[in-house]
Amino acid sequence: MPIGDMLFRSVDDSQINSVFPNTFNEYKKWDKEKDELPPEEVYKALFEELAYGEKIQIGRALTRMNYSKSGWKSLIKTTSREIKKAVKKDELPNNYKDFLITANEKWADPTFWYAMGQMVNDTTPIYYWNALDRTYDQDQNVIMQDENRRIYIKTWIKTLKISVYVTIFCLILGFPVAHLLANLPLRYSNLLMIFVLLPFWTSLLVRTTAWIVMLQQNGVINGILVWLGILNDDGRLQLVYNETGTLIAMTQILLPFMILPLYSVMRVIPKSHMRAAQNLGAKPAAAFWRVYLPQTIPGMSAGGLLVFVLAIGYFITPELVGGKDGKLIGHWIAYHLKTTLNWGLCAALGAILLGVMLIFYWLYNKIVGIDNIKLG
Amino acid sequence: MALPSYATPVQRTYYYAYLFFCAVVFFFLIAPLFAIIPISFSVSPFMVFTEGMLSWPPDPEAWSLRWYKNMIGDCSADVVSSTVPCSTKWMKGTVNSFYIGSIATVIATALGTLAALGLSRPHMPYKGLIMAILISPMIVPLIITAAGMFFFYARINLVYTFTGVILAHVALATPFVVITVTATLVGFDMNMVKAAQSLGAKPIRTFFKVIMPLILPGIISGALFAFITSFDEVVIVMFMASIDQLTIPKQMWAGIRQEISPVILCMATCLVLLSIFLLTTVELLRRRSEKLRGIKAR
Repeated sequence: MPIGDMLFRSVDDSQINSVFPNTFNEYKKWDKEKDELPPEEVYKALFEELAYGEKIQIGRALTRMNYSKSGWKSLIKTTSREIKKAVKKDELPNNYKDFLITANEKWADPTFWYAMGQMVNDTTPIYYWNALDRTYDQDQNVIMQDENRRIYIKTWIKTLKISVYVTIFCLILGFPVAHLLANLPLRYSNLLMIFVLLPFWTSLLVRTTAWIVMLQQNGVINGILVWLGILNDDGRLQLVYNETGTLIAMTQILLPFMILPLYSVMRVIPKSHMRAAQNLGAKPAAAFWRVYLPQTIPGMSAGGLLVFVLAIGYFITPELVGGKDGKLIGHWIAYHLKTTLNWGLCAALGAILLGVMLIFYWLYNKIVGIDNIKLG
Repeated sequence: MALPSYATPVQRTYYYAYLFFCAVVFFFLIAPLFAIIPISFSVSPFMVFTEGMLSWPPDPEAWSLRWYKNMIGDCSADVVSSTVPCSTKWMKGTVNSFYIGSIATVIATALGTLAALGLSRPHMPYKGLIMAILISPMIVPLIITAAGMFFFYARINLVYTFTGVILAHVALATPFVVITVTATLVGFDMNMVKAAQSLGAKPIRTFFKVIMPLILPGIISGALFAFITSFDEVVIVMFMASIDQLTIPKQMWAGIRQEISPVILCMATCLVLLSIFLLTTVELLRRRSEKLRGIKAR
């Protein structure tokens, strides 16, 4: 249900339609080819709806209008002030068009009227285009945002890039460990398993805090490197509050999700296979590569997908460790939800992320089967 | 796993390199957790190892419990420092976390157990689909779930209430219960249910007298998973909770973002201890359940 509601929000544009129903109705009748500016009826409807509409609702609609073109808010505000004055003095204008244009000359500017065209329907794909750094031009064509306002595509790419890196690192680090755990006698492997399960059970925030402590300028890692003489005191590495910090911390946090599926697959591979291969004359490397590795592919794909999918949606760790340039797409979703209150854009970003996720989820289900998820 | 005696020197080198690599990874996994524990006992208001702490013999001046006192709301002069204000927020957060966590756990465990029982019937229609939907809160990124729930709860006026936060946590925690209970139901002998019913037990009585005692380990470990999920959860709490619903994770989050103080590390140390405790319990329960079901311990 909540997800469905979110999807609905991402295309919903009905609020503004409930504020300006007549204006938009008249607007739709306007023949853009014939006249440069909309006809008198549009101005009249707008005048009446601004004069008698509910103030709170208009305010909300203004916020929405500002998303499509900045300048709407001030335009409507000055205009409605003039309108209120006129209504108070009981002087309804004879020509609404002239009245509005005198109130604010921007009403004679066709670009604002074109921008209104984006809002007249109950639903809109604009948030999705915004989420991909695109916007509408006057003729309703989809174009790229200005160079300096393109942030989302960059963030999407960064999110994917970091997720891929984290997955690869997890695989490199997790594979030997899972192999060791699967091949040791039970007594030892159960003991070593604690090293994997303890981080898994520990609060995410605790681990993130721990990484800040480890990686900061006066932190443990820099301290050790200086003490060992590898770095001098002024050359301390900047490890946290950037992409490096995000990568290191996310790799450690997601590593158990790689080790556990790999382990459960490797545990059932009979050890005799490797011995048989070597008996038949394969060198150890060849035996590993041609006999052992193919059998671990289900585990690798399960762990890899799980880590990747979790990494794309990660929010807490990048937010705290990432600083300015380590922020991922989750940051913008939260930012629009809590700070700018641009819920439509927030929902659209979320929906795209969800779409990407579902593709991988479906893949996961195909390859591993969703009910094979194991905990600990 | 040891090397055979005929291994060549190259093989030996590889083998020791491999062991060393594994050791490094284990260290990588566990070291951050244990690095914070000594720092939480530091006198210094910064989150670093001070020289006094590293000197040998140990300097008693460098160690103290002042941040722990601060955490439990003790505001005497030696506890407060200029950068670390004294506050009762940590204790308030702890109370709220346990309150929200325990109610969410009870509801999630009840719902999850029922769902798992239904899903493990052999003739359940649309089993795969239902399972996928039930598990989805675990897979869908939290930020999306949080955004979706925020929008939805905003419509029905549940944002910024305890009820809202608890319900959201129930949704997140239920999949964990479903998974663990389903795992215990594998190998559960359904004939026992039939036997109980043929002896005249009503379904409810059958559940409490026959099914529940057998799957209890699964239910309890599911409940623990549910509890830790709710207890750790920060994204939903950030969006849906007002200052009244302050929880430990939310306070930690605020602490990391604003005043980086060692009090956070004290709380972190307590949470590490809590997770060690929970991990041990779950592990013991798993062994017990495997014994109960006659599966040989792995």
